[in-house]
Amino acid sequence: MDRIPILKLGEALLVTIQVDMHDRLAMALEEDLTTRIVDVAAKGVLIDISALEIVDSFIGRTLANIAMIAKVLDAVTVVVGMRPAVAITLVELGLSLPGVRTALNAERGMAMIRSLLDAEGMAPGEEAEGAA
Amino acid sequence: MPRSTVRIQSGEDVVRVRQEVRRIAIEAGLGLVDQTKIVTAASELARNTLDYGKGGEAAIEIVQAGPRRGVRIVFEDNGPGIADIELALKDGYSSGKGMGLGLGGAKRLCNEFAIESAPGQGTRVTVARWK
Repeated sequence: MDRIPILKLGEALLVTIQVDMHDRLAMALEEDLTTRIVDVAAKGVLIDISALEIVDSFIGRTLANIAMIAKVLDAVTVVVGMRPAVAITLVELGLSLPGVRTALNAERGMAMIRSLLDAEGMAPGEEAEGAA
Repeated sequence: MPRSTVRIQSGEDVVRVRQEVRRIAIEAGLGLVDQTKIVTAASELARNTLDYGKGGEAAIEIVQAGPRRGVRIVFEDNGPGIADIELALKDGYSSGKGMGLGLGGAKRLCNEFAIESAPGQGTRVTVARWK
């Protein structure tokens, strides 16, 4: 079966979703990311969805699950690059992506991960600001 | 008018429905946001056809009403049917693994939405999005 590649970039994992995912592929990504977070002790996960033409409830749920699992494993997740039409549609669909942090692009997403990790470093044991 | 039928028997077929709906929505002249809405609705409904209807098909066509053009999709399955349609349309209601947004969410994303179903009789959902 196809897999979505996961790259390691410093303390973060980087995923760029380039294909129209069927449900099993989305579930495989969830599993693979979980394994990799633990394997490399990743502190951040950046998911670039700029190539995705739609986010339906299943893909949305997968993104929310990944963010929750990552949080349990002490990593922050940022989803970047959502297209405007996708954002409009998501809201109308009724999907609010609970617990998922977003940034406009990969550069801002990486900056967000870095600042969240810095904030954590300054106040050990405390929740990063705004964590859901 | 172009018309396309996609059989829905696997997760890959759900992706195929999305791609066909996109292609026909572009041909109908729908704008990007309208395309995205009808494709997303189609994805939800195709997944329902697969997961709850045990497979079926989607018939996608361009429709014209006076000067207006749009896309209409009919999803049909011979599955167990829906006993309580009102309940199934409620947000948060799910009999399976979804978020419970499938039917209600799809309805919000379309200009027209009709559902016919009865226990043991399968389900037919018709949606349309106009330019």
